[in-house]
Amino acid sequence: MGKVIVVTSGKGGVGKTTSTAALGAALAQNGDKVVVVDFDVGLRNLDLVMGAERRVVYDLINVIQGEAKLAQALIRDKRLQSLYLLPASQTRDKDKLTAEGVEKVITALKSAFDWVICDSPAGIERGATLAMRHADAAIVVTNPEVSSVRDSDRIIGLLDSKTVKAEAGERVEKHLLLNRYDPNRAASGDMLNVDDVLEILSIPLLGIIPESPNILRASNIGSPVTLCDASSTTAQAYFNAARRLAGEAVPVTVPGERRSFFEKIFGRKAA
Amino acid sequence: MTRVLTGTTQAIRLKGRSFLAIVLSPELPLGDWLERFDALASRSAGYFLKRPVMLDVTGMEIDGATLRDLVTRLADRNVRIMGIEGAGETELGPDLPPAMSGGLPASGIDGLEEAGTASGEGTAPAMAPALMVTEPVRSGQALVSDGDITIIGSVASGAEVIAGGSVHVYGTLRGRVMAGSGGDGRARIFCRRLEAELVAIAGYYQTSEDLDPGLHGQPVQLWLEGESILAQRFN
Repeated sequence: MGKVIVVTSGKGGVGKTTSTAALGAALAQNGDKVVVVDFDVGLRNLDLVMGAERRVVYDLINVIQGEAKLAQALIRDKRLQSLYLLPASQTRDKDKLTAEGVEKVITALKSAFDWVICDSPAGIERGATLAMRHADAAIVVTNPEVSSVRDSDRIIGLLDSKTVKAEAGERVEKHLLLNRYDPNRAASGDMLNVDDVLEILSIPLLGIIPESPNILRASNIGSPVTLCDASSTTAQAYFNAARRLAGEAVPVTVPGERRSFFEKIFGRKAA
Repeated sequence: MTRVLTGTTQAIRLKGRSFLAIVLSPELPLGDWLERFDALASRSAGYFLKRPVMLDVTGMEIDGATLRDLVTRLADRNVRIMGIEGAGETELGPDLPPAMSGGLPASGIDGLEEAGTASGEGTAPAMAPALMVTEPVRSGQALVSDGDITIIGSVASGAEVIAGGSVHVYGTLRGRVMAGSGGDGRARIFCRRLEAELVAIAGYYQTSEDLDPGLHGQPVQLWLEGESILAQRFN
């Protein structure tokens, strides 16, 4: 049985889609079977970021409506054999996304893949709640600024109340992915620093992705940064986040700082 | 075994449930009272929006026409009255909200009404069980309890905690806290770090702008003395 992950944030433009693509590609490079699912009906973007926009025939809504089989809608990545995309519909009404339909698709994907990564739309409406509905774990993408942090906090509250796991009295694992972090601006006080964000959200840190021009370039050429620029610090940060997601203990380093985050916390021995 | 005559297995489910409502107790002359109400409402814009509000006219010399006029004038101020307590049957026409009775003073939010009328000591509420929360209260969540509330974790910006008794926050208080919501002026608010958007005790409230900037980020307790909220930093 695979693991269902939702990539969510509440706020738009913080890097959910880019992170979905980068983490999906990073996990697939270990040989795991990965599918990335776009839940943003009407404003789909994951196909562009994955470079598969010209190969979309059927989409999630077609599968839910029974107009196509799941296997027909899945697009296999040209670069990575074990990476697949299930695109969202750009033209259909988002009300066609039904709770029963989503459940059926997720159950089917779970049995065929090691990782099912759901790219949530922004907001807390239907698309976002359905994307998180069946998640085993959530990656909360947050930028180091107050509005993004508050929206993430709201989403964490929903993850703890509106998911199948929460309703069954279990817990959805939650991970914080701090995106677009600029150590210089954090040091000068323009941005919230890592400790501030962690203190407010109080969920474990999956990784810190530095602000970088590589990301924009990667999106524009339609390739996840972990594929097209694997040696960059951004890609390395995603690779490390993917390893942590898989359960490996990799120390978190704050970009621009020599000492790791954990060394900073546990660096001094008490007298 | 239940059998329904229509032959369907779907029965209609009726359940009793109690809710917290704000009770407004108008005073004569109504013109003056509405003026005071407006002054209060302007200081906390949107407070009455979407909140269930009751009207208590017990002991008031008020006839049907005046009552109807009052409900209309409150409606103009976006205050929707869901029920009226203490009015005779002759005054309550079918176009007015239904009569209510048997309300428990301990479980009502007297809320801002207390501040407006400055009626002094609130009624002592019956002891209610304390609520213990061991997780952070997230933005958009609201915790409501008739008794004390203890939170081991932070209260986020945009979260709301409403307690009949005192509120203890072992974390950072960033959201809104209302202690003594049933009018208990002895209720207090304690927190390890004060960054609250709003604090209220027994209906008297202060926004973060009114709070002493020197207390920001400090471990603080807040209590009510007379009509003002006092604060003290813990050392």
